Amino acid sequence: MNKRPFLRAGLALALFLGLASGAEAADKLKAVASFSILGDMVKQVGGDRVDVVTLVGPDGDAHVYEPTPADAKNLASSQLLFVNGLAFEGWMDRLEKSSGFNGKTIVASTGVKPRTMVEEEGGTPETITDPHAWQDLGNGKLYVINIRDGLIAADPDGKAVYEGNASKYLGEVMQEDDAVKGALAKLSKDRRKIITSHDAFGYFGAAYGLEVIAPEGVSTESEASAQDVAKIIRQIKAEHIPAVFMENITDHRLLDQIARETDAKIGGELYTDALSGPDGPAPTYLDMFRHNVGALTEALSS
Amino acid sequence: MIDAVTQPFIEFAFMRRALVGCLALSLGAPPIGVFLILRRMSLMGDAMSHAILPGAAIGFLVAGLSLPAMSLGGFVAGFAVALASGLVARATILREDASLAAFYLVSLALGVLIVSVRGSNIDLLHVLFGSVLALDDAAVMLVAGITTVTLMVLAAIYRPLVLECFDPQFLRSASSLSSPTHFTFLVLVVLNLVAGFQALGTLMAVGIMLLPAVAARFWAEDVSGMILVAVLIAFLSSMTGLLVSYYANLPTGPAIILTCGVVYLLSILVGARGGLIYRLVPRKHLEA
Repeated sequence: MNKRPFLRAGLALALFLGLASGAEAADKLKAVASFSILGDMVKQVGGDRVDVVTLVGPDGDAHVYEPTPADAKNLASSQLLFVNGLAFEGWMDRLEKSSGFNGKTIVASTGVKPRTMVEEEGGTPETITDPHAWQDLGNGKLYVINIRDGLIAADPDGKAVYEGNASKYLGEVMQEDDAVKGALAKLSKDRRKIITSHDAFGYFGAAYGLEVIAPEGVSTESEASAQDVAKIIRQIKAEHIPAVFMENITDHRLLDQIARETDAKIGGELYTDALSGPDGPAPTYLDMFRHNVGALTEALSS
Repeated sequence: MIDAVTQPFIEFAFMRRALVGCLALSLGAPPIGVFLILRRMSLMGDAMSHAILPGAAIGFLVAGLSLPAMSLGGFVAGFAVALASGLVARATILREDASLAAFYLVSLALGVLIVSVRGSNIDLLHVLFGSVLALDDAAVMLVAGITTVTLMVLAAIYRPLVLECFDPQFLRSASSLSSPTHFTFLVLVVLNLVAGFQALGTLMAVGIMLLPAVAARFWAEDVSGMILVAVLIAFLSSMTGLLVSYYANLPTGPAIILTCGVVYLLSILVGARGGLIYRLVPRKHLEA
């Protein structure tokens, strides 16, 4: 007898929650984005019609993320999942399966020409795909188009809204692309080499004419050897590399050490794989470029 | 040959710093390890590396990614776990290892809880735990300072500590120094571990503390001899490991600890005190 009131309360609560979430799902498309940069892009295109949940939040490292039960719950109740692809979110397959997600998955990097990078682990070089495609605003355009098409396919009623938002946003992306090219074109030829703590600038460097050297491999997990560090120090000295940069998601002590030992100066923090919080310097995808280019030009213009 | 050994240290400041840091740690930590082994608390180091998590997490919540705040939190949590388990072991029927296991698990769970509640995906342990190649001035000073304190305090409590290891009943009956000695020693253990974690990483801190001490067991008969051998093994392994990391392109912390491991395996085989080969060779029986 005692259990009855609880049971009844529980049923009522479940019914209430079910109704509440049902009502919410009726007006808004529910979407999940794997990491903060993609989350921002989906928000820009989806506007008020889409409710976006971001799994790996600001300043989080999506390479080594461990999904939580709340992530699985969010995913299960969503109609759309946006991922970067190019093997960036290694943990996503398992999460998709375990959450019972039965919506549609949209790979934002579809159509991007992938770059490969050589990662040396344990002495054996291995060629892998570089996932950081969003660092080239030209690829960013493809992301926006993929997101727009994905949203329209899932919610045809909102076609006009999504197309309007996307074309406005595409304009901003292209404008920023020109701004980045213009700002970096002013740098002199011998000051176009930088060092970062995490190899995420392959696409950026290729698109905007910057040579990027990273002490550790593509992933933030591996530990550097004394030989790696020695090579970088020799290289900085030999090629007169003007600046080293930190990233918001990695430990900067190793770079501090390298900067101390060479003439390179520390050029501030770059945002690569995650945005900052809303009060930080890079709360959106385009703000991230503005911040990064500001830091780069300040350190590299002699 | 000599050139190959000295060249990396002459050319690169980071190699010199790494060497100084490792040698400082090798001076203070192995003696602590010797006493840990004699007291059958060899696994305490590992337990401690988990026990400090809630303190580090609270430090992070209060002050953000600030190393001093997180280290201070780690110290406090480590002390709390070590002292609580020591007190329980002395006041109840529970043995020290059992009560330590209980407390460190509680502490670890609390730490995971605090980290998760905040919801940040920054790997706190990755930030808290340093790396051999990234030693800055503050980290070198910290390790050197802790080593100095450790050696002085060990010298002061040496006699009661040795007695406490071999005949605790006698020490308790003959003097009131038993408990103070024990807890001072625990404080030293935590101090060395947390400083080592922050400066050089978990693997280095625990590895340099214990592996040379275990290996020294096969070479020396008495405590002071074991301490001397352990420190020498730690010195040698640090130097060799750094050079291996430099020439063979291997991560530094593991290279140093694996060198210690090789010394340990050799000691098992050829150690003069109870090594395998020594045991297999027939000896003369003592005759009256």
